[in-house]
Amino acid sequence: MPAVSKGDGMRGLAVFISDIRNCKSKEAEIKRINKELANIRSKFKGDKALDGYSKKKYVCKLLFIFLLGHDIDFGHMEAVNLLSSNKYTEKQIGYLFISVLVNSNSELIRLINNAIKNDLSSRNPTFMCLALHCIANVGSREMAEAFAGEIPRILVAGDTMDSVKQSAALCLLRLYKASPDLVLMGEWTSRVVHLLNDQHMGVVTAAISLITCLSSKNPDEFKTCVSLAVSRLSRIVSSASTDLQDYTYYFVPAPWLSCKLLRLLQCYPPPEDGAVKGRLVECLETILNKAQEPPKSKKVQHSNAKNAILFEAISLIIHYDSEPNLLVRACNQLGQFLQHRETNLRYLALESMCTLASSEFSHEAVKTHIETVINALKTERDVSVRQRAADLLYAMCDRSNAKQIVAEMLSYLETADYSIREEMVLKVAILAEKYAVDYSWYVDTILNLIRIAGDYVSEEVWYRVIQIVINRDDVQGYAAKTVFEALQAPACHENMVKVGGYILGEFGNLIAGDPRSSPLVQFNLLHSKFHLCSVPTRALLLSAYIKFINLFPETKATIQEVLRSDSQIRNSDVELQQRAVEYLKLSSIASTDVLATVLEEMPPFPERESSILAKLKKKKGPGAVSVELEDGKERGDYLSHSNGSSTPSPSADLLGLRSTAPASGATPSAGSLLVDVFSEAGPSATSAGVNDDGFLRFVCKNNGVLFENQLLQIGIKSEYRQNLGRMYLFYGNKTSVQFVSFNTTVSCPGELQSHILQLEPLVEGGAQVQQVINIECLTDFIDAPLLNIKFRYGGALQNISLKLPVTINKFFQPTEMAAADFFQRWKQLSQPQQEAQKIFKASHGMDTEVLKAKLLGLGTALLENVDPNPENYVCAGVIQTKAQQVGCLLRLEPNAQAQMYRLTLRSSKDTVSQRVCDLLAEQF
Amino acid sequence: MIKAILIFNNHGKPRLSKFYEHYSEDTEQQIIRETFHLVSKRDENVCNFLEGGMLIGGSENKLIYRHYATLYFVFCVDSSESGLGILDLIQVFVETLDKCFENVCELDLIFHVDKVHNILAEMVMGGMVLETNMNEIITQVDAQNKMEKSEAGIAGAPARAVSAVKNMNLPEMPRNINIGDISIKVPNLPSFK
Repeated sequence: MPAVSKGDGMRGLAVFISDIRNCKSKEAEIKRINKELANIRSKFKGDKALDGYSKKKYVCKLLFIFLLGHDIDFGHMEAVNLLSSNKYTEKQIGYLFISVLVNSNSELIRLINNAIKNDLSSRNPTFMCLALHCIANVGSREMAEAFAGEIPRILVAGDTMDSVKQSAALCLLRLYKASPDLVLMGEWTSRVVHLLNDQHMGVVTAAISLITCLSSKNPDEFKTCVSLAVSRLSRIVSSASTDLQDYTYYFVPAPWLSCKLLRLLQCYPPPEDGAVKGRLVECLETILNKAQEPPKSKKVQHSNAKNAILFEAISLIIHYDSEPNLLVRACNQLGQFLQHRETNLRYLALESMCTLASSEFSHEAVKTHIETVINALKTERDVSVRQRAADLLYAMCDRSNAKQIVAEMLSYLETADYSIREEMVLKVAILAEKYAVDYSWYVDTILNLIRIAGDYVSEEVWYRVIQIVINRDDVQGYAAKTVFEALQAPACHENMVKVGGYILGEFGNLIAGDPRSSPLVQFNLLHSKFHLCSVPTRALLLSAYIKFINLFPETKATIQEVLRSDSQIRNSDVELQQRAVEYLKLSSIASTDVLATVLEEMPPFPERESSILAKLKKKKGPGAVSVELEDGKERGDYLSHSNGSSTPSPSADLLGLRSTAPASGATPSAGSLLVDVFSEAGPSATSAGVNDDGFLRFVCKNNGVLFENQLLQIGIKSEYRQNLGRMYLFYGNKTSVQFVSFNTTVSCPGELQSHILQLEPLVEGGAQVQQVINIECLTDFIDAPLLNIKFRYGGALQNISLKLPVTINKFFQPTEMAAADFFQRWKQLSQPQQEAQKIFKASHGMDTEVLKAKLLGLGTALLENVDPNPENYVCAGVIQTKAQQVGCLLRLEPNAQAQMYRLTLRSSKDTVSQRVCDLLAEQF
Repeated sequence: MIKAILIFNNHGKPRLSKFYEHYSEDTEQQIIRETFHLVSKRDENVCNFLEGGMLIGGSENKLIYRHYATLYFVFCVDSSESGLGILDLIQVFVETLDKCFENVCELDLIFHVDKVHNILAEMVMGGMVLETNMNEIITQVDAQNKMEKSEAGIAGAPARAVSAVKNMNLPEMPRNINIGDISIKVPNLPSFK
């Protein structure tokens, strides 16, 4: 007998539905619906009281209309009235209407709550279930307030019917999710956990969802559920297919409950109790074994149910990540599924393997399936599956297979679905960078990426390739050559033009020797793309042009002609016009020297976390990016790296694009001409006392901002030869008022001699004056010269004392020597007082390139291939003083794990060893 | 957790929508349309899983669906649910409907929306699975029907009499029920994919 007998339904409803279905047009349908709505409204408002049947019929009609996507703004009151009916059918339709149509902030909640309260206390299980359903469906805070205390009691009471228990468990779960603060488990905890032992499987099924949620929030309180879950699971897994009767689904005992139990266990680490753990491992093994048994039915439902359990078991094994034996079995099982004819299984296998790839025990095992996965990427008909394959390739990539995987992903990109291209591009870019052994491969890959999927290459990707090229001089020539070739394609993507413009503007000189890529050819090639590009790209190209004028004076006339043309100098876009005007002026007014300074090559970008990775994380959610870059890098932003411009305009950045405002790391340089000259402006120092904060920053470099406060900025440039040094000090008046009685003096320790050229006593507002100091080193020294500056600003006397960054290492002459020489000299300097050693914690990142740059900045020669340990650095140099020369050897041993360094110096003079050691130890 | 259960036909007409999270009515309709768009363009014989549409949480959620004759059954679930488990659940749902309606077809869902909701309520509550045992579900539904009948016996009689009379005055009535749809009845279960 069918459970729903047809024909005894509501005739009026059937007629209405048929009418709607017979409507030929949307308009007719709306008309019919409006007519019905008017009818129902009049019936509800009418004087005659409607009987339950009519109310039910009209409410059903409203439900139907709502399903068709029309707003229902009345009938709620009638539905609430139905709730208090004694008739099941009427009550039920009332609850249905409310759970479909009432949202949590309805004003009716109080009335509804009243009805629910009555039904909950009715002791009629059907009514109780209806009420519990309604609470679970609406789940509002008011309901939680009203019932959060009552429901746990119903749940654990001995006389509650099973079906009510089930509903109560899920109802409580819903309230807990909506208002966790109102659901206090406390005293109920252990009784709820023990529902896992309930006779009735339906109760366990409902309760386990509740317990899983509560456990994930308060794992400690619900710890006891682990052993109960294991024993329940074990009973199910070992039961025969007929034991559980109705809960056996296509010959699989309780598949849903098994999955849920395995999920619950994933909230916890492996059980500590040996017996429990043994039992669980046994279960997992049984599940894995069953996968190999011949199926008990050919029906797909049978294999689905069996595999649902299997996949959950594998998830648990991966979650524990502690049983190598099980992990490898899991991996083999997934490997089988990769080739299964069921698409669903292939999909799920790829998905599970992704998590498996991150386990150290199974990473290698996963890698053996690379060919299958690549094949899936190429041949699967289903985009969902291809996407999982791409995810897995990304997860299994390491140094050994990066080239193959990146190549495959690139070739897939040509035909990839539009929906996943952007993500693929990010992944290729990340892998290419992370596993780049030689950077020419990296450049090739990214340029290919732009060629194949230019539209999907986000800004971050092409920023990144430029940063890397700028930071690595070994790849610059290659990059220029490659990008030049790529630009020769008749149609190339705008992103390629951007990269091309930037790289040729910086490094075009490296390929200018070849007549096929002479400066003019390069320029003409770039300019041929100009008119096809958007405004930001054109702006970038204009900057590249002015850089060309500096790199290749012979192109000056041609480029000036271009800049002078009406389409540039009168361009309707303000940015382009401004650039054209400024660059034209700059190129005609400035001397070659000035031009060379202003348009100097970009300094290396600071290394931070890759912004591409950040973008992928944002796109996929934090959990989705399993691959972390080993050496975190990020694009420096272009804007903060302006080399200085001759105009204080907002577009003072030479190669910046306005649309790419930096998110971080920008120096406070906006608009200030003075600051821009020294782009490395550090935090401003205070004027009180002698300031050596700036001093230590100059041990390994010669140029930068020495001091800055609200009034004054002091920049420094210095050069040293033998035992002589010359220092240029730039005093910038940051105010608009003149400084008067401006006077500077230098007091030197006896080991140094200095000569300072005196300045005019007036420094105009906004002006900058330059002062030269000559220094001679007589013998080795410790104390630095002191610079004292006095001036009056608006009547107030300002007095600033600074240590001038003249340190003993400035007089180093680098000495190249072979390994044998080095060790011989090292041994010669073996007396204890000749050596100085310090062990200290790293206070900055331990990036190789940064370390090298600092050691070179120290003034010594960095000796490659001398230390047997490639992680270590050794340097050699001779300190030149008037009295004597002091040979000096250095060894720096970084320990990346401990974030520590050991620094050893040996020299022929003990004071020198000690001083250099002290100075250098502050630098890392 | 199950975020939503949607049933629509091959043309995207919704036949049942049940959301376990609150969305505005407009958004609900948009989600149905978006889901239909995502699901209907897929070939037969591809897998039953895909990432959720933007409106319902994007790749955080999965759409798990089955296509039976003229109807799509789509469950939108988060990552805490087992994909194959949900596929089984859809199958249980459909088999249950089939038992309750004796060879369920699209028309049954249209004319008995309330019944379908009631059956679903016996399986899923607040987005969590309440019961997976088909016999248990059917027992509950049967019990409800009995109560309905007994009530109809007293109060429903006049109404039925009235409608019977009305029916006599409406000889064209049967034609109004779109009989054409009956040909798309799901024949029987084994042919289900």
